Amino acid sequence: MRVLNLTVNGDATEVAAPAHWTLLEVLRYRMGLTGSKQGCDKGDCGACTVLIDGEPQLSCLTVAALAEGHEITTIEGLLPAHLRAGGEGPDPVQEAFDRCGALQCGFCQPGMILSARALLSENPAPTRDEIKAALSGNLCRCTGYTQIYQAVELALAEATGAEPASPSWAPGENPWAKTPEGNARPAVGAAGLTEGTGVAPSGGDSRTNGKAH
Amino acid sequence: MRGNQGTLRRHETMAHIDHGRMVGTSPARTDGAQKVRGLCRYVDDLEFDGLWHGATVRSPHACARIVAIDAAAALADPDVVVLTARDLPGPNVLRLIADDWPVLADGRVNHFAEPVALVAAPTRERARAAVGRVEVRYEVERGIHDLDQALASPRILASCRIERGDLEAGFAAATHVVEGVYDTAHQEHVYIEPQGMVARPTAQGELEVIGSLQCPYYVQKALALLFDEPVRVRQAPTGGGFGGKEEFPDAIAAHAALLARRVGRPVKIVYDRHEDMQATPKRHPSRVRHRTGVDAAGKLCAMEIEVILDGGAYTTLSGVVLSRAVLHAGGAYACPNVRIEGRALATNTVPSGAFRGFGAPQTQFAVERQMDRIARLIGTDPLTLRERNAYRLGDVTPTGQVLEESVSALECLAAAQARTDFKRRWHEIEDARASGEGHALHGIGLALSWHGAGFTGEGEQRMRSPVRLALVAPDCVEVRVAACDFGQGTTIVLSQIVADALGLPTEMVRVVDPDTSKVPDSGPTVASRTVMVVGGILERAGRRLVRELGQGGAPPASPAEFVELARAYLTQHGELEVEERFEPAPGQTFDETTYTGTAYSAYGWGVHVAEVRVDADTLATRVERATLVFDVGKAIHPVLCAGQVEGGSLQAFGFGHLEDLRLSEGRPLQDSLSTYVIPTAVDAPDFDTILIENPTRSGPQGAKGVGELPMDGGGPALVAAIENATGIVATRAPATPEVLLEDLLAGRTLGPEAVAGALQAGEPLEGLR
Repeated sequence: MRVLNLTVNGDATEVAAPAHWTLLEVLRYRMGLTGSKQGCDKGDCGACTVLIDGEPQLSCLTVAALAEGHEITTIEGLLPAHLRAGGEGPDPVQEAFDRCGALQCGFCQPGMILSARALLSENPAPTRDEIKAALSGNLCRCTGYTQIYQAVELALAEATGAEPASPSWAPGENPWAKTPEGNARPAVGAAGLTEGTGVAPSGGDSRTNGKAH
Repeated sequence: MRGNQGTLRRHETMAHIDHGRMVGTSPARTDGAQKVRGLCRYVDDLEFDGLWHGATVRSPHACARIVAIDAAAALADPDVVVLTARDLPGPNVLRLIADDWPVLADGRVNHFAEPVALVAAPTRERARAAVGRVEVRYEVERGIHDLDQALASPRILASCRIERGDLEAGFAAATHVVEGVYDTAHQEHVYIEPQGMVARPTAQGELEVIGSLQCPYYVQKALALLFDEPVRVRQAPTGGGFGGKEEFPDAIAAHAALLARRVGRPVKIVYDRHEDMQATPKRHPSRVRHRTGVDAAGKLCAMEIEVILDGGAYTTLSGVVLSRAVLHAGGAYACPNVRIEGRALATNTVPSGAFRGFGAPQTQFAVERQMDRIARLIGTDPLTLRERNAYRLGDVTPTGQVLEESVSALECLAAAQARTDFKRRWHEIEDARASGEGHALHGIGLALSWHGAGFTGEGEQRMRSPVRLALVAPDCVEVRVAACDFGQGTTIVLSQIVADALGLPTEMVRVVDPDTSKVPDSGPTVASRTVMVVGGILERAGRRLVRELGQGGAPPASPAEFVELARAYLTQHGELEVEERFEPAPGQTFDETTYTGTAYSAYGWGVHVAEVRVDADTLATRVERATLVFDVGKAIHPVLCAGQVEGGSLQAFGFGHLEDLRLSEGRPLQDSLSTYVIPTAVDAPDFDTILIENPTRSGPQGAKGVGELPMDGGGPALVAAIENATGIVATRAPATPEVLLEDLLAGRTLGPEAVAGALQAGEPLEGLR
């Protein structure tokens, strides 16, 4: 056993754990911070990602003792940090992930969101390729990633006041656009799902009962 | 159009909410806020007083006799408990189709990593240490490790056959006869959360299991047989399933429950990634042989298809996977003369199991590659050939089912052509390659797919799934179903369907967590059935609840009226619960002995267009862009619907070129995420997704199942693009650089001569028949 002095989510904590334990084990099994996930145990999946001094790091490959003296941020700490910094409502990255469908099963999400948060802190205007590169250490098996890129871009757009790009399946309206009232989250409408797709009349029979025509 | 006219906003008070307006919007998913904050508790995050940890002793051999099990060294730790097959309280079987899947190996092992003994200890470390101290002596036997060996001495787990028309007459009328053999390999699910389960005796002495699973009632049935007592099963938030948590949780739940009963405490078993990849089911490897007759007009006139699946060591679900494989094997194409025969064979590999698509991705890989081969032979492009042959309304499938509604193959193809200019670009690349100018190795490929939603044949009729809705408070209706949300967003989607049936906002509908003590057996969360089948029954239940609430008078016309009537009802009668069951549409019958009739009440349709760049030196493929056109009937929740389409398509692309699981003597060579590579953010293309809504009468507000369809066409579209780019005739998935190099060195390349030569000679059909 070893007594560790860790600074996690802004709080200095003393915690006893076996000396060989990883930061992930200490967070999960000593501190009850189970938001960081164990997906592979060897640095392949990124589900255990935390921020150490603002940099995304794999907590499953970090011996806990080496994290002493550094600022550790877990997914549980993002919202409190946002509020401490004077933010209102949910953290914009977390909010955008929820809204854009960037999470399904949610198991990769804590790591994915922390990687995205670190990117946006470091690079105020990343390109899509930079977003992809920054998230490439976080595996997601559910989404196909496009909705994750859209979430990061939406968080960016909201930070800069720019108009976010509309997803291709909603040609008739931009579901990510802000409502006139500002922060009320609109439900995304399906109006015009098939509008504007350039579907040419395709010979009749398959179209007669299609409601979209 | 800017803004959100005509749609709902999340926080409006109910007085402003219109009726029937939740479907088609994308309200926040019910678990989203918890998930993004890291507060959602998955099974390994759950704590219990006095919790012990379980671990599994597994076979290092694929085929062996167990000579002796010696647990003495493990039991030197006085807290450790070891269980073997001798300690089971009931029959040593996990019941699915055939009762051949043991809870624990008894006397012999039939696949690598088969469970031989179970261990429990107060900590995870001590349990794992004890596993290493259980000594098992084996006498290794010669096994059957792949399909080639299985075909040489086949042991058949399941077989089926579809026949329609006159095959010989069809071939006699053909201008061209085209043959091809297509192979697909194992695919691993890679849900990011590994399998996990907790079992515990409750204060009342009952057994309860809580875990990462898709089908609570499957687990309950498996445990009821083993323990001869009712067991309560609850789903924990589940970190992905994709079919991988359909049947396997029966096993891990049985293991945890055996240990919990033995030690009288909660026991948790959570696999690490290695164990999960070694021991849990995978997608069935396949070999499909096609012989196709095409007439002078380019129409299919005869299709003879043979499907072989590698079922692994035990039957588990192979019979039904084979059934779906065979029913989709002809692809989305009309052909009057068809014979499809399928067999699932046993091998000494981990049992193949449920995986998104359930056999259909394998057989549609084959038929789509075969269609491309035909297109080249008759001198047309792949899209035109498909337009000529794709199902239209009124066409008849190989089982004799007349497609009477919601057929969108042509519409999907037209949208894909409009969006990608496929025909021109495909021809340009083909011409450039043939002239030797195509050094850039860019390619474009396409696949058309179909997928039947719901259980095959009369499966739904046999189950007659019940669902329940309960008015529990004036402003709260509870949905009681066994459908599990493991990422798809089932919870909010079912809320939307029910909300519209009741004329309420989703905030007044609550879906209870799946728990066998609280929800009826509305069936497993599989087979693209949740939205269409369970959602459809719920819609009916909603309408009935509203009628009963009206007590013979007018039903409530607004949420406010609903609350008023509900308050009165609750005061007078107490909770109002209604139950509805699945009712088949009239005339929909299916004969499982002859494989004739309505195989599925509705089909989804989709087109994948993949655009790739292949590295000329390494033959590594990058998917640069993908266009996805899908008819889903009705997009209940467009954001989640697009998520299903895109996520499934990326899994399909991984299946097509990246995900490579090889076995050596039955042992997987890839058992980690650094050796078994799934697509990362830099491997994924930007998806251009188009959703089409061509409604079915079988689903709520016209919705069809969408979960599996995107898995069907991604693989063949991608491999077709590789072929277009390189000229290598690619017949195997995954088309890894190694596979492509092998094909290249063997001279399996295009060029009109090569194709014509192979076709005239007929491909060798070694091992088949």
